Amino acid sequence: MGLFAKFKEAWLKPMSFDSLNEGFYDDLEEALILADVGMDTAVDAVAQLKKRAYAKLLTHEEDVKNALRDILTEKLSVGDPALDLSTRPSVALIIGVNGVGKTTSIGKLAHRLKNEGKKVLLCAGDTFRAAAADQLEIWAERAGVDIVRQNEGADPGAVLFDSLAAAKARNTDVVLCDTAGRLHNKDNLMKELAKLRKIIDREAPNAAKETLLVLDATTGQNGLIQARQFKETAGLTGIILTKLDGTAKGGIVIAIAQELQVPVKFVGLGEGIDDLRPFDAREFVNDLI
Amino acid sequence: MAFEGLSEKLNAAFKKLRGKGRLTEADVREGMREVRLALLEADVSYKVVKDFVAQVTDRCVGADVLDSLTPGQQIVKIVNEELTALMGGSNARLTFASKGPTIVMMVGLQGAGKTTNGAKLAGLMRRQFGKRPLLVACDVYRPAAINQLQVVGKQLDIPVFEMGQADPVHIAEEAVKYARDHGNDMVFLDTAGRLHIDEALMDELKAIKAAVKPTEILLVVDAMTGQDAVNAASAFDEALGIDGVLLTKLDGDARGGAALSIRAATGKPIKFVGTGEKLDMIELFHPERMASRILGMGDMLTFIEKA
Ligand SMILES: Nc1nc2c(ncn2[C@@H]2O[C@H](COP(=O)(O)OP(=O)(O)OP(=O)(O)O)[C@@H](O)[C@H]2O)c(=O)[nH]1
Ligand SMILES: Nc1nc2c(ncn2[C@@H]2O[C@H](COP(=O)(O)OP(=O)(O)OP(=O)(O)O)[C@@H](O)[C@H]2O)c(=O)[nH]1
Ligand SMILES: [Mg+2]
Ligand SMILES: [Mg+2]
Repeated sequence: MGLFAKFKEAWLKPMSFDSLNEGFYDDLEEALILADVGMDTAVDAVAQLKKRAYAKLLTHEEDVKNALRDILTEKLSVGDPALDLSTRPSVALIIGVNGVGKTTSIGKLAHRLKNEGKKVLLCAGDTFRAAAADQLEIWAERAGVDIVRQNEGADPGAVLFDSLAAAKARNTDVVLCDTAGRLHNKDNLMKELAKLRKIIDREAPNAAKETLLVLDATTGQNGLIQARQFKETAGLTGIILTKLDGTAKGGIVIAIAQELQVPVKFVGLGEGIDDLRPFDAREFVNDLI
Repeated sequence: MAFEGLSEKLNAAFKKLRGKGRLTEADVREGMREVRLALLEADVSYKVVKDFVAQVTDRCVGADVLDSLTPGQQIVKIVNEELTALMGGSNARLTFASKGPTIVMMVGLQGAGKTTNGAKLAGLMRRQFGKRPLLVACDVYRPAAINQLQVVGKQLDIPVFEMGQADPVHIAEEAVKYARDHGNDMVFLDTAGRLHIDEALMDELKAIKAAVKPTEILLVVDAMTGQDAVNAASAFDEALGIDGVLLTKLDGDARGGAALSIRAATGKPIKFVGTGEKLDMIELFHPERMASRILGMGDMLTFIEKA
């Protein structure tokens, strides 16, 4: 829009506070729900917004929208969005339900860390899914980093144990551990995950540790339940939100950040090796509404 | 189980209504607000919820309902009927080709479960109908996609056709020829995951369709999908004209509102559901069961009897 048109619009449509009626706020609430933010968070955010708009005497739609963006950004600003890789080695365990993008994100992250000058080792901890280790091995080649793997059907704990030993022997900076996709309501698989967590705590007690939950942006309200369960089983230090290159918005991470105080650390924006970016809350929110 | 939470919510909403004798129009609208909330929390598409609630409200505020002595019971019946209608009528099966091999093309977003469930379906067809399926590796992009298909093929003892990283259209054509020559009466094309907004890759699917004229194009959808289900399903349907949907990962605890959304948005039936990672974990989709599950029909029926 040209400057004159903008000026004219601002001049001819001065909004009084009253003219921002319920319809306007309903539309914002609808936009949030369509972005998978969830009913509770959407209602809460809009209630907060009404108060703020009133307190700050906001009368223009765009100003009010910006205030909503502020509120959502605040909700997302929890914890430290950077990875803690302060020890050698440091260990990152990558977990999540089936098909969300764990293995791919590890490939991208390995590439990123290597470019930062770190020596990276991948642990093929998914010994269950067909060709999972082959897939990770291709990513290791692409990123030019080491991998420790065993045969399909091997004990993932044994692979992890080997990887940690190899990391110490080879002076590795970061171990990125892939795990099999598992639904959070499966007790036996969650117990297996808790075991992996314990192996890391035992074998690398002083290492800086990250436990990253990979979440598919197309996931709806179930995402919050996933995050709760994985946090309880393995602890969570961050989230990788994948597939944001589609039309899904991934709004459920706002509810997750709020309830569990776990920050989003990275976003996945495609299937290529460079398609992983640090999370920018403001940018994310601007895409949301 | 999927939908459990939704049925609880609906039950709670109707329990409130049940307390009263006769319902006013305002009562009905109050109950519908809870229905709306429950459906949205179950990830049913915003627009579908809006239409659904409007339709049910209209029917419920009809004179005969409000005048009835047991309006709560009437409303439950109506919600149930409308929901069942939305889920589709009788359960739909795969169509078999009248001549030549039946070609089933698995399509969908990344990670939805195409490869695994294509293989499961091939196994099911062999078990149920004595078919001799062939799995075809048309995903030439995902790292180790071909290996993955070979591994599941081996586990099921079903042959896998692959040509490495060749053109997927060409692979599909050659696979169909191979099937004809080798007595395979069903061909399952495992295509790469793709975004519905990726024009180049959507064009690739159209080209495969034009080249081999599949008997069935099945859209594979993750049951955990949120509001985006409608966008993705509509786009795949518009581009390809899908014949049905395979809903995966129903062994999770997602309420699976996507099932309703997709059905409403495309009008295409859900034909199968995936209920686990193992290769025999696939079932026929039963719309009436799914609708009952949404509404918690067990509870609902006892409630109706008491009302
Ligand atoms: N468009 C897009 N696709 C992605 C992204 N991240 C991963 N994928 C794709 O999603 C699919 C699944 O990715 P994987 O890395 O195999 O997922 P996973 O979580 O390891 O899967 P399992 O090990 O089977 O549980 C693949 O086709 C990836 O290429 C992303 O950010 N955007
Ligand atoms: N729990 C559960 N997992 C499933 C089901 N169907 C598939 N999966 C898992 O979901 C993940 C993705 O499945 P794939 O078959 O590789 O998905 P895809 O659509 O072929 O993925 P791309 O080719 O990368 O697009 C794997 O870990 C599967 O084991 C199911 O019904 N239940
Ligand atoms: Mg994986
Ligand atoms: Mg696949």
